[in-house]
Amino acid sequence: MENRPLEYDYTVAKWFMFAAIALGIVGMTIGVFIAFELAFPSLNLVFGQGLAEYTNFSRLRPLHTDAVAFGFTVSGIFATWYYVGQRVLKVSMAESKFLMFIGKLQFVLYILTVVAIVVSLFMGYTTSKEYAEFEWPVDIAIVVIWVLWGVSIFGLIGIRREKSLYISVWYYIATFLGVAMLYLFNNMEIPTYFASGGHGDWFHSVSAYAGTNDATVQWWYGHNAVAFVFTVPIIAMIYYFLPKESGQAIYSYKLSLLSFWGLMFVYLWCGGHHLLFSTVPDWIQTMGSVFSIVLILPSWGSAINMLLTLKGEWQQVASSPLIKFLLLASTFYMFSTLEGPVQAVKSVNAIAHFTDWIPGHVHDGTLGWVGFMIIASALHMTPRIFKREIYSKGLMTAQFWIQTLGIVFYFTSMWIAGITQGMMWRSHDEYGNLAYSFMDTVNVLHPYYTLRGIGGFLFLTGLFMWAYNIIKSASARPVEESELQSASPMGA
Amino acid sequence: MFHWLEKNPFLFAVGVFLTVAFAGVVSILPSFAQTSRPVIGTTPYSTLELAGRQVYIKNSCNACHSQLVRPFKAETDRYGHYSLSGEYAYDRPFLWGSKRTGPDLMRVGNYRTTEWHENHMMNPAAIVPNSIMPGYAWMFKNIADIDTAYAEQLTVAGVFGVPYNKPVPMADGSTKTIKMGKTVEDARALALAEAKLVAADMKNQDVKDMVKNGKIPEIVALIAYLNSLK
Repeated sequence: MENRPLEYDYTVAKWFMFAAIALGIVGMTIGVFIAFELAFPSLNLVFGQGLAEYTNFSRLRPLHTDAVAFGFTVSGIFATWYYVGQRVLKVSMAESKFLMFIGKLQFVLYILTVVAIVVSLFMGYTTSKEYAEFEWPVDIAIVVIWVLWGVSIFGLIGIRREKSLYISVWYYIATFLGVAMLYLFNNMEIPTYFASGGHGDWFHSVSAYAGTNDATVQWWYGHNAVAFVFTVPIIAMIYYFLPKESGQAIYSYKLSLLSFWGLMFVYLWCGGHHLLFSTVPDWIQTMGSVFSIVLILPSWGSAINMLLTLKGEWQQVASSPLIKFLLLASTFYMFSTLEGPVQAVKSVNAIAHFTDWIPGHVHDGTLGWVGFMIIASALHMTPRIFKREIYSKGLMTAQFWIQTLGIVFYFTSMWIAGITQGMMWRSHDEYGNLAYSFMDTVNVLHPYYTLRGIGGFLFLTGLFMWAYNIIKSASARPVEESELQSASPMGA
Repeated sequence: MFHWLEKNPFLFAVGVFLTVAFAGVVSILPSFAQTSRPVIGTTPYSTLELAGRQVYIKNSCNACHSQLVRPFKAETDRYGHYSLSGEYAYDRPFLWGSKRTGPDLMRVGNYRTTEWHENHMMNPAAIVPNSIMPGYAWMFKNIADIDTAYAEQLTVAGVFGVPYNKPVPMADGSTKTIKMGKTVEDARALALAEAKLVAADMKNQDVKDMVKNGKIPEIVALIAYLNSLK
């Protein structure tokens, strides 16, 4: 018995993987649509004046960011946890009826909350805080979902056979704790209906912090939501899937230690770099700026550890589309963790802040790093969850190149747009008057907005190819005798 | 090296939490009280302005417009005096935004009129050629939620001591009192009286008729809010 491999139960992982696919498509479709709304404003009315309230840019923009951050990405995080957790702790979900129930309950509540979020954002119920737009009833639902996930993590750890926690588990634990702290403190709000003795809308609330303090707390949250949703759990993924897929051991344990604890300590200081030249106290701004530079160390530590894991096995980059995704993901991670600190330097930030360079930076991270990691993780999990080979390796390769091209379109156009606009805003003519009206700086952006929309469309196209490939793998391929054990089906 | 820690999930989690929480405690708490004091001349929002602020939030105007003038010549030339911390003392939530797809609105009340906003919100490209801002025609029909604005006033006055119905010092040495209704009927009457002043400067006959009949469309509240941004 002891020598037989465990039969892992991937039910919950599978459900969350399909949620990631569906919400990714929804979120990025909205993203492409609003990108083209900026290039061609008449699209705001494409569904008619009657629906314009629900289809204009401003109403859809939070829906896009939340659908990809909390829909696509968080589903991806949960899916990989319910897959990776069992395997690195050497315990099956099937061994505990309780944890199985918690996992399924978490999924059901998650989907219900997603529906509540979509409806409420369409209706315009928002607190206005970026990535924390949800009103208090939804916030409570999110806390419950998060606690259930915590029960799942620590429950599975509690019954583990492998006593030593693998690196990925460190990062999942950090994700759980970090998001819990950030979310709770940033969403401190007072429901006005109850505080006023029963007036107005019952779901409306008012922030517990005012003005500058609210901004400080929000960007402490906003920046670290990036840390603990778009970075930490994604590193958990790559620490598991890259060694598994390549058959190589992690290059350096010490480097992973340094990177982990370094990241945990440094990241949280950096929120201030979103508020440079604002009314937030100077020293907080400077700390944000300085620690952003320091942050290059732990970020590159992880990424270099990943690249060196492939040492001696570089031919896999040519032969395996999945390794291509994983390699480019860690490269984009290095890229965007260098770009971010550059933007956090005060003199650069003076030009970059408020411009399209910022969404450009966000997207080379989210598309190239987060997107590619979730795509690659799902493609690694699919053959093992369904016990079937991947439907088409050619389709994966095509998807990789189409999406890479899309990302390049996206960030190059937004670089040019952002720096152009930033420079135009600050230009004075020879008499000391402003050289350009605001509209001059909008007109110049049109071609870049169009290119960005095309880039987004290419990435979305790849996402459909991904979905098709997974669905076909799950349905069209013959079932293998047993779970695929070691090397990747690609390598075999 | 740290293998013992990786075998002890509880201590590991505590260690991670302390490491993560440290920066927040050290960097956020010390300046908290100081940065929330209002500057002289900053007043709380009236009921109608607050309802307009909620319309602004409902439509995520902050997704494209900042309310933060940075201390650069180019910015003060374009938008007016740079922002001071105390000017935001009554902003819950803050609405600084993070992207200027459109211009900053921190002091838009200084250089745009009610009539300009009215025409612009209906069809921005008609006023500003090539503008990529969408129109907000529904704001001329939807009724503003005065009751929720009143609930918010009661909440901030009760919980945070925002000075409604109290004299607030102004820059010239005088004082100004922002009224808040004693009852919700009071609040509605106050908002309507203010709405009538805004509507008097507007051209849209439907809006004027609605206000005359005691209804306040969202656009009126929004313009009252935008005019208050100075």
